Amino acid sequence: MLGFIGRRLIYLVPVVLAVTALTFLIASLLPGDLAVAMLGDQATPENVAALHKKLGLDLPLWRQYLHWLGGVLTGDLGASHRTGETVLHAIANRLPVTIELMVIAELGGLLIGVPLGILCAVRAGSSLDKAVSGLAFGILSVPPFLLAILLIFLFALRMGILPATSYVPLSQDVLGNLRSMALPGATLALLEWPALMRVLRSDMITTLQENFIAMARAKGLPQRRVLLVHALKPSSLTLVTIIGLNIGRLIGGTVIIETIFALPGLGRLIVESIYTRDFIILQGAVLFVAVAFVLINFVVDVLYAVLDPRIRHGRA
Amino acid sequence: MAALDASEIGGVAEAPSRRRGMGPVFWLAVGWIAFIILIAILANLLPLADPSKMTLLARRAGPSAAHLLGTDSLGRDVLSRLVFGARSSLAVGLLAPLLGTLAGGALGLLAGYFGGRIELIIIGLTDVLLAFPPLVLALAVVAYLGPSIVNLILVLGILTVPAVTRVARAATLAVRERDFVTAARALGASHRRILLREILPIVMLPLSAFFLVLVAVIIVAEGILSFLGLGVPPPAPTWGSMIAEGRDNLDVAPHIAFFPSIAMFLTVLAFNLVGDTLRAVTDPKRGTS
Amino acid sequence: MSGAALLEVEDLTVELPTERGPLRAVAGVSLSLAAGRTLGIVGESGSGKTMLSRAVLRLLPHAARVTGRVRFEGRDLYAISREALRRLRGRELAVVFQDPMTSLNPVLTIGSQIAEALREHLGLAQAAAFARAVELLAEVGIPEPERRARQFPHQMSGGMRQRVAIAIALSCEPKLLIADEPTTALDVTVQAQILDLLAREQSKRHMALILITHDLGVVAGRTDEVAVMYAGGIVERAPTRALFKSMRCPYTQALMAAIPKLHAPPHTPLAAIGGSPPDPTRPPSGCPFNPRCRYAQERCRCEPAALTPPDASGHQYACWFPVGDPAAAEG
Repeated sequence: MLGFIGRRLIYLVPVVLAVTALTFLIASLLPGDLAVAMLGDQATPENVAALHKKLGLDLPLWRQYLHWLGGVLTGDLGASHRTGETVLHAIANRLPVTIELMVIAELGGLLIGVPLGILCAVRAGSSLDKAVSGLAFGILSVPPFLLAILLIFLFALRMGILPATSYVPLSQDVLGNLRSMALPGATLALLEWPALMRVLRSDMITTLQENFIAMARAKGLPQRRVLLVHALKPSSLTLVTIIGLNIGRLIGGTVIIETIFALPGLGRLIVESIYTRDFIILQGAVLFVAVAFVLINFVVDVLYAVLDPRIRHGRA
Repeated sequence: MAALDASEIGGVAEAPSRRRGMGPVFWLAVGWIAFIILIAILANLLPLADPSKMTLLARRAGPSAAHLLGTDSLGRDVLSRLVFGARSSLAVGLLAPLLGTLAGGALGLLAGYFGGRIELIIIGLTDVLLAFPPLVLALAVVAYLGPSIVNLILVLGILTVPAVTRVARAATLAVRERDFVTAARALGASHRRILLREILPIVMLPLSAFFLVLVAVIIVAEGILSFLGLGVPPPAPTWGSMIAEGRDNLDVAPHIAFFPSIAMFLTVLAFNLVGDTLRAVTDPKRGTS
Repeated sequence: MSGAALLEVEDLTVELPTERGPLRAVAGVSLSLAAGRTLGIVGESGSGKTMLSRAVLRLLPHAARVTGRVRFEGRDLYAISREALRRLRGRELAVVFQDPMTSLNPVLTIGSQIAEALREHLGLAQAAAFARAVELLAEVGIPEPERRARQFPHQMSGGMRQRVAIAIALSCEPKLLIADEPTTALDVTVQAQILDLLAREQSKRHMALILITHDLGVVAGRTDEVAVMYAGGIVERAPTRALFKSMRCPYTQALMAAIPKLHAPPHTPLAAIGGSPPDPTRPPSGCPFNPRCRYAQERCRCEPAALTPPDASGHQYACWFPVGDPAAAEG
């Protein structure tokens, strides 16, 4: 087992390095001068020269990369030339909000998707199954911002029961925080559950046909135990996989949702830094998100092995 | 990239029913797609108002005889903006996946056919691309390159390459060991000939189905970018930017947001339906007859 | 049959809907079994013997149509509530499936799979159930039971897994155990051990046992009575010794002849039964065995034979021209 984790860890390092290189490369895509772009209408020759010096833009590209990478490894990702706030500080401030949003979204998605998945698997082919599966398919075609606007329209404007854009930090007021996260969280959860439900349903239908399920029934075990223990456990693997696969999509989802609901999270940081042409922040934030994504996928891989004892003991 | 991850897993393990879903819903979807492409192409010839003409006296007006779907916050006709907006969404939505399918298809074919180091390199590169959360990557690139229709097509197209490569590679692997390929090789056919004449025609089937699903995904992605103001730049109308603008007027004129929303939803749904149905029919692993 | 019957099956028929029409898996089977007795059911693949065992436990797929009656201790298993049936299963009625590779859940420990039946039916607490599970593993002959109880099925050999399946079946002291081809998936060397284990446990617990197999050799010394199945129905039934002494159905005779004999000279060709079992969606007219029967005559092709009433030794058969009958001619 440890050998397995060790092997995956070794694979991790070149991927992370490649990610940093790619992030840096994207930054160099900018046509024209970075300093000019950042300064905008404040781009006087003196300011541009000063910024050049500060960011080391005169050096060849590969040296800039190494310089930057060196900084990253020591925790220095630079600072906003506008506000002076360091990238690390900005990320640290925004991260909890995004994490809270993602957790709510994933939990909500599971809470809706898992029971529906089990239900549809047990009643595969029935009209209930067809209706739920059809609904799931339909929701997968709904763009995230569309659902967000719909929910805002219904719950904030028409019914006025939930706020649309007034974020309250968790540390300040728990209830207020939950209220302000309700709509954004619900939007993402509603977008998440169809994928989870479809995968679980499909996997469970296969599992339910296995001999050991017939055996469990022959033992006289109650349906609840047969479903939740005997059937769900083998199927939970694919669930973990799909959660992992969807994290990337979820991250993208938080970008748009945070922007619409004005939540001070990482996603909104990225968008705002694009608007303000604060490329230092943008680069740092993108790097952080990308590396986090790689690490999360790594954890999902390990979790997958933990759940399936067959993989753990070296047999697939 | 909603349908990208979900339907990849969900589609393969799905449906014990074999000949599924070419029913009325399928044909309705095909009809909608044909319709929307047609009006996008013929937009200039249709009797529509000028999409950029602002009638400041009739702002935020609901549907009426003069303006069938109402006007937006600057008094522009929503219907005509909707039709012209279809152009942007469909241009990006069709060309980006096309680019991705051509590139990714080629890479996947090569990786699946030759295996070995070529496969390792190709898969390694696509893995690096996959290591990025896709929307964030798209945002970052567009931020630096600047939004333009060409950039969007390039960026979104490249983002689809890893997924297409995987599909193409899997399909190639399934076909590679079949008898007619071995026969061709025994007859001394060159690699190029085998790839183009024997393998490609078969692999094209699942790839085409996947292409359609990708179109749906890219339309949404373009919509998100436009919504954030990073999509096709003005003055071209886009569904995303219309919805963004409608969002600010949700309380007084909800129609500004809802008409483009419905158009986008129906189009994405239609492509998803057709792509998913065709995928169920053409999956080489399933073996129809 | 002496004593009150533990299990009574009356004219049981199971039909499954398929794309090619209804498939008759079990055709009018009747049997009865007293407590502590062993019944062997012998038949080829497709004879309906597995379907029969599932039907007795009411473990058939939803779409199956069942007619006839299955009575356990006088209670009609198809009339009682699902909840009552669930309480019977595992507790009074137990089953061992054919393939131990697939009948055990791969992601649950051995111990937990034994313990859950104990906790459900006997209400044991977790620790007590686990301890009892370890005892059961020892009883079925698994060394180091404590360690094994914490392992997963894939860490054990086929023979051991089948012992576990038997341990699970025996855990709540059932009155009837149905063993569906318990040794088919195992090595020959292990087969005898498993069968001996079943026999031992049965006499120890005074349990009724139904032993389902395709191998006449398996039932030879281990059953009180044998029923031979073909194409979903019982074609011959007799106390074991009577059956082996004088087989009446040509099919039974052919089955017997197909067993390789140790004393036969080398290179003796195996006497396989020509042809193949009938398509259950299109049964032949008349006796289902007639296309493959060397004694088949005109009557056989038109009328199916019913089981004769039991004779003095309790022997029953379904044949117009049974073996040994002067009217039967080699056709």
